[in-house]
Amino acid sequence: MKKFSSLLHNLILTPSRNTKIKLLQDYFKTLDINRAYALAILSNQISFQFIKASKLKELVYEQVDQHLFDYSYDYVGDLAETISLIWPTKKDGKSQNLSTLIEIIKRIKKSEINKEFSKILSQLSNNERWTLIKICTGGLRIGVSERLVKTALADLYDKSVNEIEEIWHGLEFPYENLFQWLKNETSKPKIDFKKLFHPMMLANPVDEEKDFKRLNASEFQAEYKWDGIRVQLMTSLKSVSLYSRTGDNISSAFPEIIENTKGDAVIDGELLVGKSFKPSSFNDLQQRLNRKKASKNLQEKFPVFIRAYDILFYKGKDLRKLFLYERRKYLEKFQKENKNNQIDLSSIIKFKTWKELTKYKNNVHDDLNEGVMIKLKNSEYLPGRKKGYWYKWKKNPKLVDAILMYAQRGHGKRSSYYSDFTFGVWKENELVPIGRAYSGYTDKELLVLDKFIRNNTTNKFGPVREVKKEIILEVAFDDVFPSSRHKSGVAMRFPRIHRIRWDKPTNEVLSIEEFKKEFKIG
Amino acid sequence: MDFINHQLFIKDINVHIDPILPKKTAIITHGHADHARFGHDHVIATRQTIDIMKIRYGDKCAKKFTPLKYGQKYSIKNYDFTLYPAGHILGSAQVLIEKDNHRLVITGDYKVGKDETCKNFKLVRCDTLITEATFGLPVFQHPDPKDEIQKLIQSVKINKNNCHIVGAYALGKAQRVMNLLRQQNYNETIYIHGSLEKLCKYYSKEKINIGKFEKVSSKDKSFYEGKIIIAPPSALKDRWSRRFANPIICMASGWMTVKQRAKQQGIELPLVISDHSDWNELLDTINKSKAKNILITHGQEEALVYYCKKQNLLSKPLSLQGRSDEEIE
Repeated sequence: MKKFSSLLHNLILTPSRNTKIKLLQDYFKTLDINRAYALAILSNQISFQFIKASKLKELVYEQVDQHLFDYSYDYVGDLAETISLIWPTKKDGKSQNLSTLIEIIKRIKKSEINKEFSKILSQLSNNERWTLIKICTGGLRIGVSERLVKTALADLYDKSVNEIEEIWHGLEFPYENLFQWLKNETSKPKIDFKKLFHPMMLANPVDEEKDFKRLNASEFQAEYKWDGIRVQLMTSLKSVSLYSRTGDNISSAFPEIIENTKGDAVIDGELLVGKSFKPSSFNDLQQRLNRKKASKNLQEKFPVFIRAYDILFYKGKDLRKLFLYERRKYLEKFQKENKNNQIDLSSIIKFKTWKELTKYKNNVHDDLNEGVMIKLKNSEYLPGRKKGYWYKWKKNPKLVDAILMYAQRGHGKRSSYYSDFTFGVWKENELVPIGRAYSGYTDKELLVLDKFIRNNTTNKFGPVREVKKEIILEVAFDDVFPSSRHKSGVAMRFPRIHRIRWDKPTNEVLSIEEFKKEFKIG
Repeated sequence: MDFINHQLFIKDINVHIDPILPKKTAIITHGHADHARFGHDHVIATRQTIDIMKIRYGDKCAKKFTPLKYGQKYSIKNYDFTLYPAGHILGSAQVLIEKDNHRLVITGDYKVGKDETCKNFKLVRCDTLITEATFGLPVFQHPDPKDEIQKLIQSVKINKNNCHIVGAYALGKAQRVMNLLRQQNYNETIYIHGSLEKLCKYYSKEKINIGKFEKVSSKDKSFYEGKIIIAPPSALKDRWSRRFANPIICMASGWMTVKQRAKQQGIELPLVISDHSDWNELLDTINKSKAKNILITHGQEEALVYYCKKQNLLSKPLSLQGRSDEEIE
């Protein structure tokens, strides 16, 4: 545990990619059961369902005064770090192996979790405690991607990273076949590719100025970019399963898809909510997300379907080396053969010039698409975000000027800065909050805002500071919906700070009535 | 307690403690720039603090200086002033103010732990305590500085082709890091940023063991491989630091407790070495002072105020002018 936690500590503080690789390689020089756990942790394959943030807070409140913890958490901005620092250490504990420790935790009975897990936390050093909490809550955020770990392993053991990538989703903890192959003790592990989740091909945002000068419109095809969730549907004669873009099996949440899908293929598409293939808003889709199961009632009220973009396998044949326009023919064939599936095809937009495509990007389908995708017709299906093949071109965001009302310290990278802003518009002579944003500003703007907040606080509510109503933020957002949960009656989708409007006086900001009218909210 | 106001000003006799703007009479707790300023008529401080002010601002930075020894009483009308060691940096002092049997202590910046570069903190009993709170949160529990300095020494041993640049405040922290290295038998020459030179020489003159040091010069890049260089934190991000080959950026500061802080500042090797008291030392000082009235300034006041109130002590934060909460150390 000591070695692994100092690895994480060093990784988080190292800006250089090469140094990160070197640190990883030093650690993975031996390949044992501890390294197997480490690999599973670094690639997010391990988490403890029963130890969540709320449980950890419950445990720490048993140890320290709740208010003192809350003040500290507000300051530090990272739960794992706050708990690891504030925990009353008992230094007599011996350092355990990573594998022993995780196995002990796995065996803890649910009824004894508070006592047993607290005991373990008390036996660890600060840094080990931090590591363990990070492991439990998932999402290390140490600036190391899965890809970087694979690269480090590949270089260390003289393999190519693509070889590892290819078999990755067929590997399972404790990775014995992988480790043996890396050590040249056996040949490359054999994987049944048809049963695997295949890493998805992703798009890069288009740079309007640079890319459109460079790229030849006739070599590309365009499709709408739908605002749902990207999925991979795997159907064979024996079984059907549905995966999210990160490779999680989400079949049980969408039984109507599983029950109604026929055929033998691997399909890449967008999961959307809507009746008879007419997508409704993202708000509706949200009713179906983050659920393990879907009741009959929910399925009827918010039915889902898949809008297919691409096909990776057809009747056992791997199509990924074919070009997009060739794969499209297979996709159409699959669709014709299986008409009763909950699937329709993403339509292809006809256009000749980039300028012509602009109008498709900006205003079609009543806000239900987010823009367009631009795909090279001659593109193989390549996993990851490779440059030069697929582009996304998002609609211009909606903009509104609003007044900064409250601020809170941020988390992670922005910890300690006041970087989380609530803003509002007028309702008669008062302000009513319409949204909250914690991104979009430049580092410089953040410093200015942070300073303004510290010097112009009028009131404190725990960690929240109320500030003088002087700063106008131009807020960009993707969409806005009516909402009964908010005082203002509206909820924004993905609001972010576009810029600070130094030039505008606060009395020129809209009222909530004007705001609703402008963005057509009943 | 009602004889001093929020600016640490005794109106009765026109005396300020650590004022930001030029004043008639100023008692200065120590030489850091947020406490010691240029242009007062009369400065009352320890001899070493006065020396440091003269080094930084010139001999004429005040019209008149009155050096006080630790424990020596100085009276203005019916007010008696005594300075006691604060253990923060060389020359640092707490101020005891006595009037009509009421004892008020202004700690200034202080640390309780051992430090060979200055006189160690002395606890002074009082009725009212004005304490700093730079690290006034229970997450701050400073480790043994010896262990921290060992991390630096070990890293120098392992990374022979890198130089280590340690960010440390020019006054106090830099010399403390040097002294800690010497305590751990690191006997190589330590290289310093030009802005540290005068103060390092002064520490040497005052018989503080900081060992052999030399100003960084425009030598060949590879010369500094395997060496330790000490520079003020502002120089770490500056062009200045690019003259070195493969630098490992280190920082000696209490803030380094928080990994996210270290990461934000691009620090690869954080060294938790602080010249301020940590949470437990703050509580200990508050309790042992026997003061019934606690005023809290400089830093994270809220948690300490909360703690004091829970102990049935009168307590409130003092927001001092010109001091934002986090930049000082």
